[in-house]
Amino acid sequence: MDVLASLADGFATAFSPINLLWVVVGALLGTAVGVLPGLGSAMAVALLLPVTYSLDPTGAFIMFAGIYYGGLFGDSISAILLNTPGNSSAIASTFEGHKMALTGRAPQALATAALGAFTGGLLATVLVAFLAPSMAVLATYFGPAEFFALALFAFVATSAVVADSLVKGLASLVIGLAVAVVGIETQSGTSRFTFGVPDFLDGIDVVVVTVGLLALGEVFHRASLAHRPEAETLIRSGGRPFLSRGELRKALPAWLRGTAFGLPFGVIPVGGSEIPTFLAYGNERRIDRRSRKPEFGQGAIRGLAAPEAAGNATSGTAMGALLTLGLPTSATAAIMLAAFQQFGLQPGPLLFERDSELAWALIASLFVGLVVLLVLNLPFAPLWAKLLLIPRPFLYAGITLFCVMGVYSSSGSVVDVVLLLAFGLLGMLMRRADVPVAPVLIAVILGPLAETELTRTLTISEGDPSALVASPISIALYAVLALTLVITAVNRIRTRRSIDA
Amino acid sequence: MQNRRLVTVLVFVVAVPLLVAAVLQARAAGGISNARSGLTLLVPAAPGGGWDTVARELQRAMRENGVVTNPRVVNVPGAGGTIGLSQLDQMQGRDDVLMVMGTVMIGGIVVNDSALTLADTTPVAELAEDYEAMVVPADSPFQSVDDVAAALREDPGAVAIGGGSLGGTDHLTAGLLAQDVGADPAAVNYIPFAGGGEAVNALLSSSVDVGISGYVEFADQVETGALRLLALSAPEPQPGIDAPTFIDAGYDVYLPNFRGVVAPRGLDEEQVGELTAIVEETVATPEWQDALQRNQWIGAVKTGPEYQEFLDAEVERTTALAEELGL
Repeated sequence: MDVLASLADGFATAFSPINLLWVVVGALLGTAVGVLPGLGSAMAVALLLPVTYSLDPTGAFIMFAGIYYGGLFGDSISAILLNTPGNSSAIASTFEGHKMALTGRAPQALATAALGAFTGGLLATVLVAFLAPSMAVLATYFGPAEFFALALFAFVATSAVVADSLVKGLASLVIGLAVAVVGIETQSGTSRFTFGVPDFLDGIDVVVVTVGLLALGEVFHRASLAHRPEAETLIRSGGRPFLSRGELRKALPAWLRGTAFGLPFGVIPVGGSEIPTFLAYGNERRIDRRSRKPEFGQGAIRGLAAPEAAGNATSGTAMGALLTLGLPTSATAAIMLAAFQQFGLQPGPLLFERDSELAWALIASLFVGLVVLLVLNLPFAPLWAKLLLIPRPFLYAGITLFCVMGVYSSSGSVVDVVLLLAFGLLGMLMRRADVPVAPVLIAVILGPLAETELTRTLTISEGDPSALVASPISIALYAVLALTLVITAVNRIRTRRSIDA
Repeated sequence: MQNRRLVTVLVFVVAVPLLVAAVLQARAAGGISNARSGLTLLVPAAPGGGWDTVARELQRAMRENGVVTNPRVVNVPGAGGTIGLSQLDQMQGRDDVLMVMGTVMIGGIVVNDSALTLADTTPVAELAEDYEAMVVPADSPFQSVDDVAAALREDPGAVAIGGGSLGGTDHLTAGLLAQDVGADPAAVNYIPFAGGGEAVNALLSSSVDVGISGYVEFADQVETGALRLLALSAPEPQPGIDAPTFIDAGYDVYLPNFRGVVAPRGLDEEQVGELTAIVEETVATPEWQDALQRNQWIGAVKTGPEYQEFLDAEVERTTALAEELGL
């Protein structure tokens, strides 16, 4: 009951007119930066930080809470409509989300994403409000060995399902790994494949790879086919932003499954929401394969609903980890940590004792922010979807401008723009050759993560590989992984036999 | 058509006199230096980090007190700050640019094999410092620095030490301790993390034996008793922090994590004097004092020959140490 009373106090603070205003401002701002590729909520909070010194800390953090969730609502808008994820957390949403938009279901896709993000965020925030301290304990069970097992698990679990052809999937994966190793290896300081270009020392930005392959690749591909008669004309999307009963029936379990994937990941610092979104997507796809009428590849609503819910669930519990442990598990959370410190506050086990009013007001604002975002996003879904009615040449020119601007403004580096164009060309070639793009992105994100954790584990154990399987958590993860692999292999052989027979 | 011509004429009628007036005005106002009217603070790191905070606090203090009319912050992130360093090098002779730097950049220059060093810049001032803390998990067998030192002496590889990125202050502090107890710094089992926060997680999960980072990163966990504070790398005990310095504990480990500013090379004495005056005025403002307190920095202002001497000494020993760490 103690929690309820504190939460009620928090809501009282959050509902003061000025704080409500800050939530709305934050939500709008967050959505705006979320939509732009390359600009994320982390950047927005960092840039706003100096402006907020004159606010009282509660107001500032309430606004940051709006930005935090706003970014996650915004990034799926550009992912669905333009095949350009605003942030890496929306990469998994592009796969089926954009296909839905192409088949004339853009408003429904946007509504699915918004409702999914709402569901995931809501459940996560409830969990944070009531169970944050006990959830935080989970983090202390995870060391480098467990992180490596987790990264490897995500790697195999997702790449096994996203590609239909084994050879092409592997080829794509290897391209991704090659891109991922560029730069200084953080554990040993060795520089790899930098070719004397200082801009390569920090590696190639995931944003550049994602935007180049997905968005520019698509633009170039379309442009290269421009002289051919348009094969498919865009179906005019229906105006209804609400989901039909059938759609809801498919989306609801996917939202919940996605949330379940996302919740635990917020607490453990393995690179933000990418792993859970990929895992949630992979899981839906695996379920879809077993159904009589597989929908994946043609815009399956489940393939969008699950990763969206997972992404926001992760961010929700990440906020819990930040508040109760002082653990920054995502880029935005890391900036928020810096923001707390600048206001002379230290998130961590003592925050709820020292500044309980602020902490509870912040949690209450997370709830308010979610509702505000849902209200902002649902009615605007058909409006956003109108974007697709822009004639193709203008639309693609706009996307190109949008991508180049986003990448340049986030890094201010011309090298990144050149790289962006190179990845655009690569994306076009891959589309031509029918090689899936998703494994490249999975490798770029998970590859360095897995490598770093593997190096850390082996350094700590002074090269003894048994450290990799020294804890029950890692043993369990490897066991599940092995089981998944065996089942997949058996299924493949079976289908092949039935085709032969 | 007619309309368009009219607009063109109008633009000229308005713009040309404005431009002429502006030029005349600028000439008349020749007494005001470039730096006073529009100083650029170059941050060789991404928004949100330590150097960025320094620059934005400076910007605020300058603007609110009219020290500089229009200070702006430009971020040039990458490669341990050396990308920013090479940008600064291209601004040779410009007297309206200051770059934020510090201990971390000295290590960054070694790690990234940068051809440019801080010798290619004009030192202006040191602004602030903070110190490193060494902690262990609450259930660790290490009760004091002596225990850690003994373990290091016996087998430097057997103690896993977690902290921030390679070549940074945390890593250098670990190296200094190893050096002092007669162990090979290159043999130290140092595990770099993306920052102090991630290192805290590694300590709580007992993945690493010892943590070294800025005290602020550990403060809360130390207070709740989850981590035990063993020592600080300050020259003397710090008020309110219950731990000896390495020096008091008998180890010659002193490493300030300093933040300062440098200007491009090729400036004359007068230009350096003007930039120094700007910094001195800025650090005297209440806004800057407030910033020191909020960020838990310790004000440490050095300018002129004093700063040059300090910087030379720090660069020399830190570079030597970084080389010995095998970077």
